Amino acid sequence: MSPNITYVVVAAVLVGCGVYLLLSRSVIRALVGFLLMSNGVNVLFLVASGPAGEVPILGEGDGGPIADPVPQALVLTAIVITLAMTAFVLALAHRAWQLGGTDLLDDDPESARIHRKAEANDTSDDETVQEAVDSIAAGFADEETGEERR
Amino acid sequence: MTAFTWLVPMVVVLPLVGAGVTLAAAGRTQVQRAVSLTVLTLVLVTAGVLLYAADREGPQVVAVGGWAPTEGIVLVVDRLAALMVIVSVVVTMGVLLYSIGQGRSSFDREDDGQSPLPVFHPTLLVLIAGVATTFVSGDLFHIYVGFEMLLAASFVLLTLGGTASRVQAGITYVFVSLLSSLVFLAAIALVYAATGTVNLALLATRIQEIPHSTTVVLHLLLLVGFCTKAAVFPMSGWLPDSYPTAPAPVTAVFAGLLTKVGIYALIRTETLLFPGNSLNTLLLWAALATMVVGILGAVVQDDIKRMLSFTLVSHIGFLVFGIALGSQAGLSAAIFYTMHHITIQTTLFLVTGLVERVGGTTAASRLGGLARVSPLLALLFFVPALNLAGIPPFSGFLGKVGLIQAGVDEGTWLAYLLVAGSVVTSLLTLYAIARVWGRAFWGQSEEGLTGAGPLRGGHHVALSTGLVVPTVALVAVGLGLTVVAGPLFEVTSRAALDLLVRTPYLFAVLGPELGVGL
Repeated sequence: MSPNITYVVVAAVLVGCGVYLLLSRSVIRALVGFLLMSNGVNVLFLVASGPAGEVPILGEGDGGPIADPVPQALVLTAIVITLAMTAFVLALAHRAWQLGGTDLLDDDPESARIHRKAEANDTSDDETVQEAVDSIAAGFADEETGEERR
Repeated sequence: MTAFTWLVPMVVVLPLVGAGVTLAAAGRTQVQRAVSLTVLTLVLVTAGVLLYAADREGPQVVAVGGWAPTEGIVLVVDRLAALMVIVSVVVTMGVLLYSIGQGRSSFDREDDGQSPLPVFHPTLLVLIAGVATTFVSGDLFHIYVGFEMLLAASFVLLTLGGTASRVQAGITYVFVSLLSSLVFLAAIALVYAATGTVNLALLATRIQEIPHSTTVVLHLLLLVGFCTKAAVFPMSGWLPDSYPTAPAPVTAVFAGLLTKVGIYALIRTETLLFPGNSLNTLLLWAALATMVVGILGAVVQDDIKRMLSFTLVSHIGFLVFGIALGSQAGLSAAIFYTMHHITIQTTLFLVTGLVERVGGTTAASRLGGLARVSPLLALLFFVPALNLAGIPPFSGFLGKVGLIQAGVDEGTWLAYLLVAGSVVTSLLTLYAIARVWGRAFWGQSEEGLTGAGPLRGGHHVALSTGLVVPTVALVAVGLGLTVVAGPLFEVTSRAALDLLVRTPYLFAVLGPELGVGL
């Protein structure tokens, strides 16, 4: 079976653009990226189904070779699942926007804390030291975020 | 067709029906509880009967809708699948009882979202249905559907209440999960393109006929998909960030089940589709890195939940180690260790939930003197924690001995390196646990814990019987694994042998004619 080159190129472009968008910190951009990628994968199923043919229904068509119905069934299922997932992510993004007023994802607070401690070369869990570290690190963080916002 | 095959779809159908009923009865707590518990009990009994049948008569197969394996979906329950369903349902039952013990005050703002909402029971049942689907399915695409079912349910559970921290953790988790599913889906498309089927048994026969280079690509794609779900390094970073924020029962059930579903898919595909494969070396290295990196992460954590999440990642390495050895002893030990790990991690997260109730926090540096305030709680933490670290005579020790023996039997330098790695990891696990123990359970508390629990909504929250009993029961199940280790190891050993020779599975699905010539 030689695959249809158009499908392959379309799938590659969709997945490529999807990966680029998915790497963004914006939840909505990442979601669009995910959608592009899943469409790319769905096109991949069309490649897998081989050449187009007659309708795969008994009594229809002129008796020529029929299209492979299995990948179409699989793709339909995949599309439905993607729809459900998208609905959930949209709700989640909306909730994040309600809570924070922004669409951008922050670093995890706990790993950010450990990062700061590592940079300050602090291995203790002493609260006073930690507060000092936090205040210094907060200065750093302000600079960083300030730069990002610009 | 044997007397028991009609039971096979029941492990999926029952929880789904239960989910519908509990959703319809969303306002009635008692009905929800009764239905959920009944359903889980029935599934447990069903899975028990199926294990007996699979052990006696070989894999139980159902062709859904009467379609042949070439067109339709088959459900297959062999020893491995039945064992996994049983242990999953047992821990879920513990978690459900625990959540019932928390009491229901779904609209109680003071409770900080710790209580289950009306959607908790239906979602948990959908999660179990998804987990059971992946376990009993004999079809690659059907496994994908099972994954998506359990993922959708897990998304809802992880973001229960919709607080800022949970939404943030949820976003990370959702995107990682979606991405790994997408990789898996792409792998399925390529598998279909290469072989013209997604049925596992047919694939096992056809995949030998395609070029080796194509097989390696398919294998790698599937590995990436499954290893992300199972949190194998370097695809493990998402887990410690997303698990700790959820309510205790949710984290407990996640820690027990979700990663192990990825492990199950790994075991199934590695043995059935890619026997004696060329990527075992890669998997062994991944196992080593998962163990060591995971445990090094655990050692520096202050928060008990995060520490446990890192040990969870680390011990996934043990499971991958057993799978990658590809020998009967390795697989058998891996299956045993999976069952041990599901029970122990769930128990530990539940106990941490109790710690949070008594101490008001899970940060070890802010706790202290818990052993004096609540000796029972200390005991409940101590026993599974030692079990996790692998102190004899607990089941963790037996599982690790099994894995190490399998590694020594293998005899290559890489296997010995893995053996050394697993010993070091065990010791570091003990260190991480001792560190938390020393801070949280010994010493003095700055805030003066009173055993009556912190003030929440104007009244003290004490450890109620409803919370303690399920936790004690799960601790007991963990200890029980030690008691029944002998017979259990025999069953896992037979399961591993079946997985390796493959013929029982292929015969059961394809019939003797198609299974010939392997």
